Amino acid sequence: MQLPLSWLHDYIRPEIDVRQLADRLAMTGTEVDRITHHGVPAADGFVVGKVLTAEPHPDADRLRVCSVEVGDGEPRTIVCGAPNVAAGQTVAVACPGAVMPDGTKLGKAKLRGVVSLGMILAEDELGLGAGHRGIMILDDALAAGTPLGDVLPISEEVLELEITPNRPDCLGVYGVAREVHAATGAPLAPAPWSEDPGAIGEGAPAGIEVVVESPELCPRFTGRVFEGVTIGDSPLWLKGRLMAAGQRPINNVVDITNYVMLLTGHPLHAFDLDRIAGGRLVVRAAGDGETMATLDGQERILDAGMCLIADGDGPTSLAGVMGGQRSEVEQDTTRVLLEVATWDGPSIHRTASRLGLRSEASARFEKGLAPEGCMEAQAVATRLMLELTGARLVPGTLDVGSAGVQAPVIRLRDARVSGLLGTEIPRARSAEILTALGFICSEAQDGLDVSVPHWRRGEVTREADLIEEVARIDGVDALPATLPLNRTGLPGRLAHAQRLRRRAEDTLAGLGLLEIVGWSFAAPDLPDRLLAPVGDPLRDLVVLENPMSAEQSVLRSSMAGSLLDAAAFNRDRGQPDLAIFESGAVYRRGGGALPEEHHALGALLTGAVRTATWAEPDPPRADVFAVKGLAEAVLGALRVPFTVRAGERPFLHPGRAGEMLSGEVVLGVFGELHPAAAANWGFEEPVALLLLDLGKAIAAAPEVPAYADLTTFPGMRQDLAVIVSEDVPAAQVAELVRRTGGELVAHAEVFDVYRGEQVGEGRTSLALHLEFRAADRTLTDDDVAPVRERIVAAIRDELGGELRG
Amino acid sequence: MIERIGQIRAEAEAAICAAGTTAGLEELRVRYLGRKAELPNLLRGVAELDPQERGAVGRAANETRQALETLITDRGAQLELGELRERLAGDRVDVTLPATPPAPVGRLHLLTATRREIEDVFCGLGFTVVEGPEVEFVHYNFDALNHDPAHPARARTDTFYVEAPADPHGGEVLLRTHTSPMQIRAMEQQPPPIAIIVPGRVYRRDSDATHTPQFHQIEGLAVGEDVTLADLKGTLLAFAKAIFGDEREIRLRPHFFPFTEPSVEADVSCFMCADADAHAPRCPLCKGTGWLEILGSGMVDPNVLGAVREHGYDPERHQGFAFGLGVERIAMLKHAVPDLRLFYDNDLRFLRQFG
Repeated sequence: MQLPLSWLHDYIRPEIDVRQLADRLAMTGTEVDRITHHGVPAADGFVVGKVLTAEPHPDADRLRVCSVEVGDGEPRTIVCGAPNVAAGQTVAVACPGAVMPDGTKLGKAKLRGVVSLGMILAEDELGLGAGHRGIMILDDALAAGTPLGDVLPISEEVLELEITPNRPDCLGVYGVAREVHAATGAPLAPAPWSEDPGAIGEGAPAGIEVVVESPELCPRFTGRVFEGVTIGDSPLWLKGRLMAAGQRPINNVVDITNYVMLLTGHPLHAFDLDRIAGGRLVVRAAGDGETMATLDGQERILDAGMCLIADGDGPTSLAGVMGGQRSEVEQDTTRVLLEVATWDGPSIHRTASRLGLRSEASARFEKGLAPEGCMEAQAVATRLMLELTGARLVPGTLDVGSAGVQAPVIRLRDARVSGLLGTEIPRARSAEILTALGFICSEAQDGLDVSVPHWRRGEVTREADLIEEVARIDGVDALPATLPLNRTGLPGRLAHAQRLRRRAEDTLAGLGLLEIVGWSFAAPDLPDRLLAPVGDPLRDLVVLENPMSAEQSVLRSSMAGSLLDAAAFNRDRGQPDLAIFESGAVYRRGGGALPEEHHALGALLTGAVRTATWAEPDPPRADVFAVKGLAEAVLGALRVPFTVRAGERPFLHPGRAGEMLSGEVVLGVFGELHPAAAANWGFEEPVALLLLDLGKAIAAAPEVPAYADLTTFPGMRQDLAVIVSEDVPAAQVAELVRRTGGELVAHAEVFDVYRGEQVGEGRTSLALHLEFRAADRTLTDDDVAPVRERIVAAIRDELGGELRG
Repeated sequence: MIERIGQIRAEAEAAICAAGTTAGLEELRVRYLGRKAELPNLLRGVAELDPQERGAVGRAANETRQALETLITDRGAQLELGELRERLAGDRVDVTLPATPPAPVGRLHLLTATRREIEDVFCGLGFTVVEGPEVEFVHYNFDALNHDPAHPARARTDTFYVEAPADPHGGEVLLRTHTSPMQIRAMEQQPPPIAIIVPGRVYRRDSDATHTPQFHQIEGLAVGEDVTLADLKGTLLAFAKAIFGDEREIRLRPHFFPFTEPSVEADVSCFMCADADAHAPRCPLCKGTGWLEILGSGMVDPNVLGAVREHGYDPERHQGFAFGLGVERIAMLKHAVPDLRLFYDNDLRFLRQFG
């Protein structure tokens, strides 16, 4: 909301400068976005002038050479191009040295040979209006030389306020004045509606009938009728205020409705009474599909949740949101119905957002305005209509609906105030603050009984709300800083799973990988790009109903997508050797109401695994074994016992992919990206991926590793070389060795692989390191030999293998 | 005989001294002291000599052998030293060539590093860390958090909704717009007192230099019987000091949030111009205000506690504070990152600078 400071000063004038005022407002809950300036930067050089003579310019048809008295004794010559300038006028003059709103400094000017010592001003040149039809004609009562700033708001400081949604009362100047009153203690002038010149006559005025068919959508509808209205321009002070407040002047009647809305916070609407067909208005819910033309010229399609005002010819106004074209005040209007109503907030909000029609009115009504506010706005508007439009009020006030419910009384307990805030605020101070804000306080045994004024009724309903009122004016800024006592009886800490997640991430970072944070969003073709067949889990996408773009219209069903996106991004920027990882959620539609989210850890390697150096100009390239190494490092760091087997995935190279298992639970996969999938991200060389379900891995990790004695009795190391068929996986041989060897085999691992003539066609020689150990004794050859024989026999019997040489 | 021994000694000594290599020296050792050499043979033949001669010859031969052995050992040490020097001289490298780089140190993303830093601060203050789903019910994201049915944040222009059938209890499914739903979920699981923080990813339909449709928050919640607004201030002050420096101050400004009452925004004193008041008006960080807005917070609204009444929370008896801070905002302030989108580009040259 744009608040011209001079307007605020009509009601309150705190003895602090505008910055201090802004600070004080900010510290009491009314945020000030900035302080701006409307009009000319400074009023110096702008004065009232009297046009003594206005003669045609000798060399220019459209210019006139004027002699203007500006109060400094000597009339000065000013050349003026306005068609309406004439001798005898009182006008606004800018003298040389004055600075215009755009920052240009006025100098002496020579216009077609005549020196002009100033400029006679049009209203738009001062930001007082939008018109440039000619110069402004001022009141003749003003003396020449009067500083213009004394009579017109030509240089305004404006506070741009950010009003929180709970405070529609502060969307009016007087509401802010009340805040300033509470925040500064400066005296507050009586409300502008405290006298109502329209409080004459009983009942409704003649000439109009209003039926409210939907009282739930329209709690109150008031109207006053004015006759003999002359539509014309508003006076300059009014135009200037509207301009400074960010509203464009239209005509006197419309300007009055806008002015009163900005002052009271309650929107109004002016109908041309003669354009209301049948002299009868009906407030009702719209029919589904019903249409009407709004003021902005658009044809709107309505639905049953919307409220409209109709006359004998159909809808004429979209209630509380926007007027209709048919009944608008026009240049020839003479009879005006001034409507001030309240509407159901949620319904207005829904209507405005459905139609994409946010107006100043709907922004206020959707917050739920109090019915009492109707008559406040009527009072102020009536005075202005009478003063500015030449109108006569038809006696009576049309008033349909209730005037509002009795304000509730809330007990504010002293103990609760100090207990919630953690600081003492004396009862008298609470009462002072609340009273300044318009609440009515009476003493109670343990605190105050507080009545809520109608303009706060919507949001101050409980003791906590009153405590906030007290705290924000006096308390929050002076609060001590204390720490809560920890009454949970537990230390603050990470859970086991959270510590292990950090450990897993740290392991990859320690191995030289850079962590990325990718988008949870993905394009719907992610499964296609990852070659997922029909029925693949990657296709269980979580789909957004209202995405911002097609590229971000689903949630990722695999971390492969965001890793590849980041990899391609960097490759395209000349960074082809990549080692990156990500830790985050992956989303898949499941059986439940919410999708399944699991925490994934993904890593991607491509290009050289090490930086090339003069000593190693051609370092190895990332491949399946490089990512397998990452898998082993992470699972090793978590102490998760796991096995590895070949494991195909649609997006992985069928011959270069494996999966990690804990028992029968698949923890994740690793391998080289399928070349067809890699091509979808523009990669020609191998890209190796590791995708780990970190939740499952952590579940398989021991919470507390228990001690094992590995030093008292040393182990015995032996090697074993066997020849097996080349299609027997190495892991199977090692597993067989461990299984057959039983508890004496502490360790078995393949360290060499050989294929060639010596071992025969289709055969592979595998060499294993074995370590035998017992917990209770040092093993001898006599202990180990039979175990070794069993192993060799098992390899022969189960795998068709044989001991090598 | 003795004369011959003398001759051998003189000859051998000369040869040993003249030996130029360890290999040559070894040849000399074999020639003079080896099994087939003359001197050892003389010694072996001593027994066959005259008794008068035997003593003198044996002594002389023994002395000579010992002397030669010592000489060979010494000379050998000399030669070895020389040969090592020569060998090392041949091993010389240009140490100004580039090093063999060790495996490079990887980095955590700045958002992860910042999140962890904040988590650790709050762990130290007695909070535990809990997490919740990112795809969430309207019930937890809005309803139970006292959001008016017409609250604008619920609009489809502001919040991502998921194509899913509405749940009879939870209502529609959306991407959570804040980490606050976990306030409710955590209180459903744990009776008071409770002190938690909730880090996580959140989503809003907004995209420009200062908004990305996904970002990260950390929620805080402390509820008991005597947790006060002053405690919130103290907690945030401790947090601000830990993250931005011990000299920081905290300022609370009244504000409005649906799920706290009273609600406050918290500002931390600017750490860039704090010591140079004269330059403050031009401070690029705080724009001369001296304060940086860091988070929204307040005392948990009684209606929020009422939503978990059946789990042991009584709005008449229990009270506490809640806050929600943006991880990106903290990271940008602390590390002078100018554009939010840099976090999600994941350019290696950005990633290497932090963590």
